[in-house]
Amino acid sequence: MDPGSTTGTLPQGPPLLTWLLRQGDDNLILAQRLGELIAGMPELEEDIAVANLALDHLGQARNLYQYAAELDPTGRDEDDLAMDRSEREFLNAVLVEQPNGDFATTMIRQLLVDAYQVPLYEALSSSTDDRLAGIGAKAVKEARYHLDHSSGWVVTLGDGTGESHRRAQAALDALWRFGDDLLAADDVEAELAAAGIVPDPAALRPTFGSTVRAVLTEANLAVPDDPYQRIGGRTGFHTAALGHLLPELQWLHRAHPGATW
Amino acid sequence: MMAESGAPTMEDLRKVVGAVTDPELPPLTLVDLGILRSVEEVDDGEATTVVVTVTPTYSGCPAVEYIEEEIAKVLDAAGCERFRVERSLNPAWTTDWVTADGRRKLTELGIAPPGPAAGPTPVTLGRRAPRAPVVACPRCGAVDTEVVSAFGSTACKALYRCRACSEPFDHFKAI
Repeated sequence: MDPGSTTGTLPQGPPLLTWLLRQGDDNLILAQRLGELIAGMPELEEDIAVANLALDHLGQARNLYQYAAELDPTGRDEDDLAMDRSEREFLNAVLVEQPNGDFATTMIRQLLVDAYQVPLYEALSSSTDDRLAGIGAKAVKEARYHLDHSSGWVVTLGDGTGESHRRAQAALDALWRFGDDLLAADDVEAELAAAGIVPDPAALRPTFGSTVRAVLTEANLAVPDDPYQRIGGRTGFHTAALGHLLPELQWLHRAHPGATW
Repeated sequence: MMAESGAPTMEDLRKVVGAVTDPELPPLTLVDLGILRSVEEVDDGEATTVVVTVTPTYSGCPAVEYIEEEIAKVLDAAGCERFRVERSLNPAWTTDWVTADGRRKLTELGIAPPGPAAGPTPVTLGRRAPRAPVVACPRCGAVDTEVVSAFGSTACKALYRCRACSEPFDHFKAI
């Protein structure tokens, strides 16, 4: 669907600033979602896992935001970028803002993100921009480890008991329509990809698709037959879920601007 | 040892910076972990500045800022007046940079050191199966060990158990 006039606000500045916010926001918002689960997972090992996943995503967000801050013509720092932007200014894919739901929902969402980020960071590690290459080379090791974990759980749940299969399929059916937003692209990606600075999202699609399908096949899960894809996060057009997430993420910083400890 | 008078030598500074330890793994120094990339003098016109370059282990490693503060503290204490600490992301840190001394200290702490990280880490798509390489128990040396949790107490570790001596232990993941 065309976000049309409901589109959000792209930052003033170079295309790379927009790209860094898109990818940084994916990681920050997902880290916040995963953080909500800490101390609430079904077993201790998963509690530790979800905290580690969140920490990796938060670290990736910071690396991207720190670079973005250097390019920002209005002089915002990484905290301003994370804490002082409103819903329409966030450029994450709508998938990552979706609520945690049950454990199957959390793991299906993670699988889709991991299947996207592994080829993204792999390609980024050979960027013509040395700093992005470093960020990608670091992050790809983390993303591979995440994919190992999420794919393992999706197979365990999908090919598990009747109840776990039913829930995994329901989670997949509900989240499927948010998958393509990860790969949505416009002039920003086109211009940067032409210069070899970031990968062309279209080039990531085959690996993304084959990874997801391989896991779903082994998990005995059916690829949803849902032609609708909700696009728009990359231009600030979000689902209702983000509006509820941001206050919890940002309230402390907004209540006590500039506080440090 | 500091020079008797005047500014500390580069050798002094390399020594004090290299001896800074990791807050999560106290006996291991920045040199042991391969985090310290260089300590160099840079001539920026009027005077020389000592530039210390470190590389983070994981994107979200919370120890990086603490380590940078510690470096500033020891340089200050050593009498170094002009310095800055820089972070380098490229090339990305790998556990292959952990020194032989570092590996020995890990084992002494009861943490199984990382194996070689050469090449991209293979992704095991699918079933939750033995996903990790064979890791020897740091206590009894047995290789009959199993993964308890792929994620551990810090980003760099996974939790294992030895089937021979029944002891749980941390493994420093090879990346």
